[in-house]
Amino acid sequence: MEKEKYLELVKQTIPKSSLWKTLLPAFIVGGLICCVGQVVSDVTKLIIPDIDKLSLGSVTSIIMIFLGSFFTGLGLYDKLGHYAGGGSIIPITGFANSIVSPAMEYNREGVVFGICAKMFTIAGPIIVFGIVSSVLVGVVGLFL
Amino acid sequence: MEIFLTYLKVFAVGGAICMLGQILINRTEMTSARILVTFLLLGLVLEITGAFKYMEEFAKAGVTIPIMGFGASLARGALAGVQEEGLLGAITGGMKAVSGGLTSAIFFGFMFAIIFKSKTKKI
Repeated sequence: MEKEKYLELVKQTIPKSSLWKTLLPAFIVGGLICCVGQVVSDVTKLIIPDIDKLSLGSVTSIIMIFLGSFFTGLGLYDKLGHYAGGGSIIPITGFANSIVSPAMEYNREGVVFGICAKMFTIAGPIIVFGIVSSVLVGVVGLFL
Repeated sequence: MEIFLTYLKVFAVGGAICMLGQILINRTEMTSARILVTFLLLGLVLEITGAFKYMEEFAKAGVTIPIMGFGASLARGALAGVQEEGLLGAITGGMKAVSGGLTSAIFFGFMFAIIFKSKTKKI
């Protein structure tokens, strides 16, 4: 009886506390990464005032992907991801991390079958889904 | 003051989207690939329905930095391509719009994987 009560108490308390322990860091880290993106975008706009909106978006994501890859290379991004969870996965820097992290891990298996093949273990599905759905959107757009 | 408000919006909306992702992770135990695909498709749908444009006006990098922005660019590129070149544009438009991001992700990924030798992974 005591044991059951205890287990029930554990069940009630554990998910709640761990929920807040994961949601708050995800919110803060995710928000901060987006703010870094905004800074990159604003500074780019200052340096090149007559840049058009599409190019500005491209330059911003290229710089953010560079930063994500670089900090993954240093081993810092994976440490951040340990605390931030979704906060480091959802931003575009997380996409870069999902490419660099397995590529580095399988480095010792060689360039072709290690780096080149393994870098798409997580990014592959994203790229495939992205390309397939964009073509479908385009084809549907033909008839509208 | 204006700029402070902008950054507050970026922080709040960007953080909320990431928190939504974290809720998905907690509730469904989805892997990060599935989470990223889900948000990519969400961005795609939001762009098609026209909602993304308003979200972008409101929160700027708060919605474009999350992977949703990638999906939205794909859809926007595909639709713009269709108007310019018809069927060919439907095939090339999406990738044209995200070519910068995708190319840099693969390029930097390859380079940094070679430069930084693999360390034993902790965690």
